[in-house]
Amino acid sequence: MNEASLIGLLIATVSFGALLYLAALGELIAEKAGVLNLGVEGMMAIGAVTAFIAGVEFQNPWLALLIAMLSGALLASVHGLFTVGLGAEQVVSGLALTILGLGLAAYLGKDYVGLRPGAELVPVEWGPLSELPWVGPIFFSQAPVVYIALFAGIAASLVLSRTRLGLALRAAGESASSTDSAGHSVLGLRLSAVATGGALAGASGAYLTLSITPQWAEGLTAGRGWIAVALVIFGAWRPGRVGWGALLFGGTLALKTRLQTFGVDFSPIILSMLPYVLTLLILLIISVRARKRPSSAPAALGLAYRREER
Amino acid sequence: MTQPSSLEKKEPLSVELTEVWKRFPGVVANAGVELSIQRGSIHALLGENGAGKSTLMNILAGVYRPDSGQLKLHGRSHQFRNPSDALSAGVGMVHQEFRLIPSFSVAENVVLGSAPSLIKTGQVEQRVAEMAAKFGLQIDPSQPLWQLSMGERQKVEILKVLWRDAQVLILDEPTTVLTPSEVDDLGEILRRMADDGRSIIFISHKLHEIAGICDHATVLRQGKTVANSLPVADTSQDELARLMVGASPTISTQQSAAVIGKPLLELKNLSAQGDRGMNAFSGINFDIKSGEIVGIAGVAGNGQRELADVIAGLRPSISGEIIMDGADITTKSPNHRFQSGLAYIPEDRLGVGLAPRLSITDNAILRVYRHQRKGPFILGQKALSYCADIIERFGVKATDVNGPIAALSGGNLQRLLVGRELDGKPSVVIASQPTRGLDVQGVKAIQELLINQRDSGAAVMMISEDLDELLAISDRLLVMEGGVLRGEFDPRSASRQEVGMAMLSDAQVRATP
Ligand SMILES: Nc1ncnc2c1ncn2[C@@H]1O[C@H](COP(=O)(O)OP(=O)(O)O)[C@@H](O)[C@H]1O
Ligand SMILES: [Mg+2]
Repeated sequence: MNEASLIGLLIATVSFGALLYLAALGELIAEKAGVLNLGVEGMMAIGAVTAFIAGVEFQNPWLALLIAMLSGALLASVHGLFTVGLGAEQVVSGLALTILGLGLAAYLGKDYVGLRPGAELVPVEWGPLSELPWVGPIFFSQAPVVYIALFAGIAASLVLSRTRLGLALRAAGESASSTDSAGHSVLGLRLSAVATGGALAGASGAYLTLSITPQWAEGLTAGRGWIAVALVIFGAWRPGRVGWGALLFGGTLALKTRLQTFGVDFSPIILSMLPYVLTLLILLIISVRARKRPSSAPAALGLAYRREER
Repeated sequence: MTQPSSLEKKEPLSVELTEVWKRFPGVVANAGVELSIQRGSIHALLGENGAGKSTLMNILAGVYRPDSGQLKLHGRSHQFRNPSDALSAGVGMVHQEFRLIPSFSVAENVVLGSAPSLIKTGQVEQRVAEMAAKFGLQIDPSQPLWQLSMGERQKVEILKVLWRDAQVLILDEPTTVLTPSEVDDLGEILRRMADDGRSIIFISHKLHEIAGICDHATVLRQGKTVANSLPVADTSQDELARLMVGASPTISTQQSAAVIGKPLLELKNLSAQGDRGMNAFSGINFDIKSGEIVGIAGVAGNGQRELADVIAGLRPSISGEIIMDGADITTKSPNHRFQSGLAYIPEDRLGVGLAPRLSITDNAILRVYRHQRKGPFILGQKALSYCADIIERFGVKATDVNGPIAALSGGNLQRLLVGRELDGKPSVVIASQPTRGLDVQGVKAIQELLINQRDSGAAVMMISEDLDELLAISDRLLVMEGGVLRGEFDPRSASRQEVGMAMLSDAQVRATP
């Protein structure tokens, strides 16, 4: 293994980490407000395909990113409408959203498979910082989405812990009736949290087609949305911890694509299982631990609220 | 209807409700209720369980919308669409089930409704502490809520309402979770708030508390006002009791000297943890003999619920033994215990006892489906006739046995649950708050069923928060407080006061660190 390929691995770790972090952060925000959205994979796919299409059609990467975020938010709002508005089962609706999103993405993108990207988000140059050995290429020559993810993480953490909005949002996830009788709109809080989550998942998908891959193909998201869902649990619903988790899983995703270039002779099939096996292992460890300790999950996660119902 | 007797003041009434109607599927909760409250007074809203008190107050607080009726505050008409509207108009409610968030701090809970847009924790806690001091509420704003006792949580609820500067405060059965000395404290705090010009509505069905705390009383019965703004000082408790229940007595007091036999349930040095990982109870030792009802008294949250769960096998014990009819069942499954004759009537009827969305029939056979099947299939006809049998023998009023059980009223739910549990001639019956929330007939029916069990030789354990009920039907009375047994009484000779003292003894010590 040489220096260049190690740096390459770390660059990929950070960029995959940001990809996962955006989606996980979105899920965290929705879950903090009490809505479990298992549709992350579908929203990511929709974000990826709409960003690619918009890139080809308008040649503007920022417009493409915006459109991806709006599409993600729109799809998430369908989930919000069914679960928050009508009290539908969140798990069922979330799974349906994944299927819907993946199907819709395949349909929308069928004429764009294999096309060259019309727009790409190019890495940001930070002047002399980008020239630094190791640190430069790993942290200061990444695509803008990486910095957006970092900013979103810090912002989410501050808003959740330090503002009235964050307090109300967390309250909606802990006890809807308390939040309601305190005079907040549970419906409004939950719907906007779900939509925000969708926008972030859409941005995460856009990062795939505007920078990482940058191509559209069916099945491009490859289960990464599911890793994002697991990351929220892994990070105990804390934006910071979820961030470290995202880097860890980003590392395994990067390793999967690069281990062979290090000359390690290993079955690629087993390698591609790595992130998912790790996901399962971590969920196993967490659920074993949770039997001893009170869970940090929002207490009202997954529960619908109707005011006049007992 | 009694005429308002002491409303001569010129000042407009702070609250005036007229002709309020509210129907829920299958029940009329409020049938033309009247209520009028004077500014600066503490007003009791009395009535039996199910009389419609909470419903009426939820309407006043904007939680429920009335089907019809008028609502005036300080002479002005209002129509609340949600709790937020009511809060802006100055009405705040402390609900019977607290609306608090265990993982939040005291201060976060208090300011939730109107926090500054940027929250500086230190500053907010400071302001909450000042407010608490002003009304004589001792509380540490930075403490996480789950660490607080029920009495302290109630103070947080009151602070929440004060924080919103509510002029009308509603307290829905505030004393059920309090020890007698905490009740006295609450009385003082409320008086301070009334002297501050606020109006307080105090819901209760315990008459002796009303006399000590309230100025006026309005009595509801079956959704109607039967007495409007009686001055408490000039009205006897007997009079109030008569208004509340109509003519019939509350409690069945039939004491038969059943033949007491050998111990059927023995608990030896039993300990277990609560939901938060702290000890729920420890070192519990007692037995229940055949033909005996043992009552467990205590303020809610002192380990009674956990004790019942452990005996039923729904919660692991950390030490000690449970012996049933000579056999050690400490580590046996709930089903094994049921098969060997243990019946369990849990506190949470619709959550633990029954499956809300399943049909009445499915719920009836939930415990015994093994006998209603052929191979893997349930025999529909056999299940139906089994259910019909339970419905008939235990007097359940149900129209559609294939409809979801949640459609039944509280009393009928409980009859079905109790019927199902008692059907197999159990030798040990564990009943946790079996009569809570039922109407007079419901209470009587359930009490009689338990007494019948005793008379036919079962060992019965009954947990209740209603001391009068326990004194009336149990043969032995144990008091649980802080997770340990504080004393044993003979209900025939013990006085209410004596037992009450045992319920609070240590709570007082804990309250003054
Ligand atoms: N949200 C609800 N849904 C259906 N029925 C209800 C609801 N709230 C109360 N009820 C019914 O209305 C009646 C009055 O209840 P409630 O107002 O809680 O009485 P109280 O507070 O005086 O004990 C009861 O029969 C109760 O079962
Ligand atoms: Mg009530």
